[in-house]
Amino acid sequence: MLQETGTEWLSQEVKTGTTIIAVEFDGGVVLGSDSRVSAGASVVNRVMNKLSPLHDKIYCALSGSAADAQTIAEVVHYQLDVHSIEIDEDPQVRSAATLVRNISYKYKEELSAHLIVAGWDRRDGGQVFATLSGLLTRQPFAVGGSGSSYVYGFVDAEFRRGMSKEECQQFVVNTLSLAINRDGSSGGVAYIVSIDEHGTEEKVVLGNDLPTFFDQ
Amino acid sequence: MSSIGTGYDLSASTFSPDGRVFQVEYAMKAVENSSTAIAIRCKDGVVFGVEKLVLSKLYEQGSNKRIFNIDRHVGMAVAGLLADARSLSEVARDEASSFRSSYGHDIPLKHLSDRVAMYVHAYTLYSAVRPFGCSFILGSYDKDDGPQLYMVDPSGISHGYWGCAIGKAKQAAKTEIEKLQMKEMTCRELVKEVAKIIYIVHDEVKDKAFELELSWVGEVTNGRHQLIPEEVRQEAEKYAKDSLEEEDDSDEDNMRWHVSQRLHSTAPAAGESPTERGAFRDKPQGTMLSLQFNHGIV
Repeated sequence: MLQETGTEWLSQEVKTGTTIIAVEFDGGVVLGSDSRVSAGASVVNRVMNKLSPLHDKIYCALSGSAADAQTIAEVVHYQLDVHSIEIDEDPQVRSAATLVRNISYKYKEELSAHLIVAGWDRRDGGQVFATLSGLLTRQPFAVGGSGSSYVYGFVDAEFRRGMSKEECQQFVVNTLSLAINRDGSSGGVAYIVSIDEHGTEEKVVLGNDLPTFFDQ
Repeated sequence: MSSIGTGYDLSASTFSPDGRVFQVEYAMKAVENSSTAIAIRCKDGVVFGVEKLVLSKLYEQGSNKRIFNIDRHVGMAVAGLLADARSLSEVARDEASSFRSSYGHDIPLKHLSDRVAMYVHAYTLYSAVRPFGCSFILGSYDKDDGPQLYMVDPSGISHGYWGCAIGKAKQAAKTEIEKLQMKEMTCRELVKEVAKIIYIVHDEVKDKAFELELSWVGEVTNGRHQLIPEEVRQEAEKYAKDSLEEEDDSDEDNMRWHVSQRLHSTAPAAGESPTERGAFRDKPQGTMLSLQFNHGIV
């Protein structure tokens, strides 16, 4: 079984093999992510928060290459800062998603990251945008990262429009837990961020508090 | 307010001893030589009206437009050097387009106005270039922010307005605009008033033929800036021409009334207009007739 001599991880790219999810509800959004960062077979960080703020009420979820994703998030955070001062109001979620998409598309050959952008603004309420490979599309919910493949069936079956904030949070936690169980590159704790008109709330659900399913 | 800044007015990079930049002031005079453009913001949109003087019968109808489209939701009416104005409309279009490309939505009007004003201002800083010789009015409508109206002048200042006028008859136009209760009017009502104001301020003696350019943007057009449709325009022009005739009639009536007042009153009535000449303070029998003309304007 053990064919590796154990030092390959030093030279392999650091990926956030991941599960990320964002869901829209009436009045806001809920984002969720796991916390595992891997380099090959080695877990280099088991508590990384992959939900990165772009503005007060706009967050993005990182997946793919850790460096690429973080850098895109930091650049867009800066651009939105400048933009919100220029227009003298809070930026739209669509603006944040467009900025992320513009970078992802322009450098698509060099970068390997997928960011899901979600937040709340006063015009259109809660919104979730997927920006995979440089497209831009608004969706009721989005999943991403290596763990997402294992939960497409679950989210397709369980998602309903018109859920409340608490139901969305439970839906997100369930999805993350199932993905973490099956995907080797996802694990650790679950980070949940809920954004609505009144503010932003960050929460951590520790490993042993995650919901359990048939195999536990 | 005309003063000659001999020696200090040759370049925009020179202040005069009393702190003025004459080149910028001269640029504003260029705007005042042009025919009038007005725009008024009402509760559900913005209406533009331009008195476009027709200098030659050989021009194709509708040529030399003074109202431009900047992006779908923004209109721009100009006064001053038309070539400068056209170049600025391209600048505004580039700004709006680049904003949409970077941020994925319509540019907010205040931001567009700030950006173009900054550009205009940049040309007032150097001796190698001359300031733009045009003022322009930008207007737009958005379903969340409502109607907006901004005006930029050659010095690079931009302000938001409920109603504004630029060009040779701007004072007279402003007086007329101030009479309106625009915050309670709709676009349809306002179109007629705008047409009327342009007709009022048009000087029949000095300038002969003119074309009335009208456009609007508001709830009635779903947020798109467009030229006024033909039936609305005809209704507006008819209203404008009719109101002007009424005013002429009422002027004659006014004259007759005042004449009869002179003949019959023995003492000046309270509240008599101070512009009346005539020494009827001294001659209570009113043998002097003073004719008062009540032409409201220019």
